[in-house]
Amino acid sequence: MTANGILQISFYFVTLLLLVKPIGWYMARIYEGNLPVFACWLAPVENLLYRLCGVDRKDEMNWWRYAIAMLWFSLLGAAVVYALQRLQWMLPLNPQQFGAVSPDSSFNTAISFMTNTNWQGYSGESTMSYLTQMTGLAVQNFFSAAAGMAIAVALIRGFARHTSQAIGNFWVDITRSTLYILLPLSIVLALLFVSQGVIQNFSPYKTVSTIEAPTYDNPKLDSQGNPVAEKTTTKGQTLPMGPVASQEAIKQLGTNGGGFFNANSAHPFENPTPFSNYLQMLAIFLIPGGLCYTFGMMVGDRRQGWAVLAAMTLIFVCLLSITEHYELNGNPGYASLGVDQTHSNIQAGGNMEGKETRFGIINSALFATITTAASCGAVNSMHDSFMPLGGLVPLAQIQLGEVIFGGVGSGLYGMLVYAVIAVFIAGLMIGRTPEYLGKKIESFDIKMASLTILIPPILILGFTAMAVLVDAGKAGVANPGAHGFSEILYAFSSAAGNNGSAFAGLSANTPFYNLTLGLAMFFGRIWLMIPVLALAGSLAAKRRIPSGSGTMATHTPLFVGLLIGTVILVGALNFIPALALGPVVEHLTMVGAH
Amino acid sequence: MLREIRPAISIFLLLTVLTGGVYPLVVTGISQGLMHHQANGSLIIENGKPIGSTLIGQNFSDPRHFWGRPSATSPMPYNGSSSGSSNLGPTNPAQIDAVKGRVKALKDADPGNRLPIPVDLVTASGSGLDPDISPAAALYQISRVAKARGLDRAKVKQLVEKHIQGRQFGFLGEPRVNVLELNLALDNMH
Repeated sequence: MTANGILQISFYFVTLLLLVKPIGWYMARIYEGNLPVFACWLAPVENLLYRLCGVDRKDEMNWWRYAIAMLWFSLLGAAVVYALQRLQWMLPLNPQQFGAVSPDSSFNTAISFMTNTNWQGYSGESTMSYLTQMTGLAVQNFFSAAAGMAIAVALIRGFARHTSQAIGNFWVDITRSTLYILLPLSIVLALLFVSQGVIQNFSPYKTVSTIEAPTYDNPKLDSQGNPVAEKTTTKGQTLPMGPVASQEAIKQLGTNGGGFFNANSAHPFENPTPFSNYLQMLAIFLIPGGLCYTFGMMVGDRRQGWAVLAAMTLIFVCLLSITEHYELNGNPGYASLGVDQTHSNIQAGGNMEGKETRFGIINSALFATITTAASCGAVNSMHDSFMPLGGLVPLAQIQLGEVIFGGVGSGLYGMLVYAVIAVFIAGLMIGRTPEYLGKKIESFDIKMASLTILIPPILILGFTAMAVLVDAGKAGVANPGAHGFSEILYAFSSAAGNNGSAFAGLSANTPFYNLTLGLAMFFGRIWLMIPVLALAGSLAAKRRIPSGSGTMATHTPLFVGLLIGTVILVGALNFIPALALGPVVEHLTMVGAH
Repeated sequence: MLREIRPAISIFLLLTVLTGGVYPLVVTGISQGLMHHQANGSLIIENGKPIGSTLIGQNFSDPRHFWGRPSATSPMPYNGSSSGSSNLGPTNPAQIDAVKGRVKALKDADPGNRLPIPVDLVTASGSGLDPDISPAAALYQISRVAKARGLDRAKVKQLVEKHIQGRQFGFLGEPRVNVLELNLALDNMH
């Protein structure tokens, strides 16, 4: 890697880590209801919302009620997104006059945005009206992110409180996440995006008259209904328009990842410059990183937060170097063709298929690793065209449960569940009852933690096995051989992991995939949140036990190592056989052929 | 079970107004007021008519113009209303064949050129609308463009060098050349 590559990656990390403390501190103050002075002007809006909605902020919920509130809110969101898509043809703000989206695709997209997955079976610029994008999809970007943050805060309260039934009020947590955190950050970020060239308007698509008038083969049906290619010349180019910047900001901040356009953050109108790209990557990790500090603050020991963040950062850096290495090395298949893939000051070099010139390899591999470490799923390059082992990293990170920073909220609660498992394993080794943050970890807690960790592999491997056995599953595959299997495995990993990125060659906008991926997304989200809330409730009810000489410290490098080991071990045990059949076989075949 | 329905519906509606209505409208208002050019697509206007956007690449196949990245959009390359990539895997024979074909087209258009072919000139971009090529890819095409136009190579090279955009703030991203802007400057030389 060149000095500039190292500089760009270091700059990203240093600025991110500098922001962790201020944003984490701010979020802790918000969730504790102890507003910093500069945020007080929003308090009347918050109070007004509660008054209009009949919410009493002092009315705290037990975990069961909290879960019911979360479910109502999520299902309502999915229903509204479904309705907007089906009815968009008769609603305003539809200058391109798009028709109703098909029922199976609408179902898939509704679940997809409600669960913070943002898997996109559709192509935005030719399917969704501005109204659907703005009041359906972008609103779910806010709400699903806020729900994730709420669940994480509820789990933190489980550790922070003792002998208490209550873990907070869901409506208060949702409102505060949205009003004080997501909205202000989104406004700033959206305006920065526009300054870089991200569009923000409500105009119909524009047609421009291009310099050349190229001829192309236009697929048509002849009089007998057979497909033929007709030579067509065009001197016009359609430029899509829309309120993109406002959606882009929350797409990244909320680790949603659903692009306004089909090409997502590779599209120049979504991500026009290296600086906009840097901001997008920063936005993805900002809240997940900050929440680690929030966690430390709320449980009264900041070192606990730093320990979790350290484990995340260490795993991330190792995996990033793998992706960068294989993408920079380029494709050995081009070697005999006289193609220059070296990385220099006049070209990015490396494996440039599916990547944009302005980002090159460094920023494409970095973005891919970030978006799959978090449960974001936005892409600025096409993962399907990554080298086999370059593409293995995004896939494996999703399968590890997206706990390396992870989605907003979901990353932290996922990692804390791993921490519970880690102290359990350590407790078994030394023969003591495990404790974490002064709470005894007992049978019920381990059952809930195990559910959280076991459900995703069951969904991913089960659905993948089913898809490769039926014709409807195999029909969608675009690339031959092991890579085709990787496409299916990636799709279900992405869905059950609520990531949303894809090996996008897979034709997934079919009833079979829309339905199965929709189910994977739904259970991959809700069936994790409910056990996590049960865990929160169980922890909150326990007495706090003072730490003694036999208590394992959970802020030390030893514990960081143990936590990393647990994440890697659980992930590896679940997925190595499947990964071996996909990217690993492809890599070995490729090396063997050259 | 049921007592959470009222707050669910009302919080949902009110926050939707805030995040789905007020928020995008405020951002649109400020953007249209302060950054009109960027908010509307960074259009290039010539003789009062839009002829493209600096951010969106166009299809060039005339030897007298610099060519951009290969584009996998359908049915025609650089289709602005259907962004996307090839999604071909690295070991897919179709991918190797596509690169082979592009190498051949470049060599056929400029048989005397002995420079190595920059990889970005024979691989499809992620969006299919990439407005840029690497400086190496522009330098590679100088001999063909100069010959086709009957221009002095040094003069074309000078123009290319003028259009090389360095890394943003000196270190972010990769150096690049905007193909549409370069070709417009080339056309205006005469």
